[in-house]
Amino acid sequence: MELSVFQDYGPMLLRGFGVTIFCWLAGTVLGMLLGLLVALAQRYGPRPLRWLLQVYIEVIRGTPFLVQLFVLYYGGPLIGLRLDALPAGLLGLTVYGSPYFAEIFRSGFNAVPIGQIEAARAIGMAEPSIVRRILLPLGLVSALPALVNFSIILTKETVILSIITVPELMYQVQRMSTETFRYLEANLVLALFFWGLVETISRAGRRLETRITRHLIERV
Amino acid sequence: MVQASAVEIRNLDKFYGPFQALKQIDLTIPPGKVTCLIGPSGSGKSTLLRCINFLEEYDAGEVRIDDQLIGYDGPGRKMSARKLRQMRRSIGMVFQQFNLWPHMTALENVAEGLIRVRGLGKADAATRAAEALRKVGLEDKMQNHPARLSGGQQQRVAIARAIAMEPRLMLFDEPTSALDPELVGEVLQVMKTLAGEGMTMAVVTHEMGFAAHVADQVAFMEAGELVAVDSPDAILHNPSDPRISDFLRTYHERNAF
Ligand SMILES: Nc1ncnc2c1ncn2[C@@H]1O[C@H](COP(=O)(O)OP(=O)(O)O)[C@@H](O)[C@H]1O
Ligand SMILES: [Mg+2]
Repeated sequence: MELSVFQDYGPMLLRGFGVTIFCWLAGTVLGMLLGLLVALAQRYGPRPLRWLLQVYIEVIRGTPFLVQLFVLYYGGPLIGLRLDALPAGLLGLTVYGSPYFAEIFRSGFNAVPIGQIEAARAIGMAEPSIVRRILLPLGLVSALPALVNFSIILTKETVILSIITVPELMYQVQRMSTETFRYLEANLVLALFFWGLVETISRAGRRLETRITRHLIERV
Repeated sequence: MVQASAVEIRNLDKFYGPFQALKQIDLTIPPGKVTCLIGPSGSGKSTLLRCINFLEEYDAGEVRIDDQLIGYDGPGRKMSARKLRQMRRSIGMVFQQFNLWPHMTALENVAEGLIRVRGLGKADAATRAAEALRKVGLEDKMQNHPARLSGGQQQRVAIARAIAMEPRLMLFDEPTSALDPELVGEVLQVMKTLAGEGMTMAVVTHEMGFAAHVADQVAFMEAGELVAVDSPDAILHNPSDPRISDFLRTYHERNAF
């Protein structure tokens, strides 16, 4: 082990880690939003739209992220979609995550007892209010553990963005490796950073879960 | 005294696929009176009750509330969602499983409809909700979430949620069947009070005591058919149909010790 290389490469790796966290956060938030829209459209949309979205879900889930990213970054310009590496990476992550998030939301919505929705209909509540006040809050609570879990999986998908030259941690680690031949050190740093990130997310997720379920757990 | 609705059910049919759950039901639920629906499990009591507020779509026949057809504008023409909501505002429903919203306090459960449906401000809604909860004897539990209430208390919150909307008709689907025996009384008491105020009530129940002492008429159902509608005394003590005597015999045998 040769730690002195980090004097030269440390700042670069830290910057790379910053980009990784940014890509993960933005990709997760946008992917969740897109997934939520897909799940709602599948629940309430007209039949042709639901069918189309099902195809979207199957296609995105059925192909590797790497391939999707290539198609977007190198194929995009052919249809006039010319994106820089970072926006392309964010769009790719968003699209890649969205069908998984959509499925998580769908099962979260299905976990809301139908009777609680009927109770709202019975007093004359309109469907949009029912979604906002009952389906979403209760569905999100059921979906939370799976949402956190998939967000954790997404942290590690960000390394693939290095392929299209997004300067995230993997990209910097590879640069350091080829310039110094310190493959082991560089990759150990990568592993440590990711482990720390995942640990932080899962702790935060557990705390959030405890917080939002504290009223729901029976104690009579 | 509340303003009370009348319900007229004529030739009602309901199918689940090929299975006919309701067969040519004719029933009048008079205003300000309590009608109990009894009968074996699976006979169609819940389905009939749920057709009255159109939670279940019926296939033929009519359900009229104060002369207005619910669910349809005319033969085969579905009523608009908006108009249906308008009609549901004056029909309260209480479910076997309470169906309170677990993420809201008792007060919030009752205030929700006042805010979203009646358009009341938060403060007004809270005042009215508190009044309704006081009426069912839960003034000291208003800030509890459902998970911190007993079954009987939860069902009383559910009743408060319905009556806060000032309905003219109340539907109860086995309101005490999910309760421990010692909690049944408190819920029946609230229902008796409501009946005493002149509310029109349709109650699916296995509480024969309630049917005998509170109901103005009892309807007996079996296999999707309305077998008989009569006074509680006639149905429970002098049944005209062997299907009713059979049902009551099983009921008595189960409850004897
Ligand atoms: N959603 C449904 N799909 C198919 N069959 C149903 C459905 N709901 C009820 N049924 C059937 O309709 C019949 C009447 O049910 P229900 O009205 O719930 O009976 P009850 O309330 O008297 O016990 C039963 O045979 C039941 O299996
Ligand atoms: Mg039933």
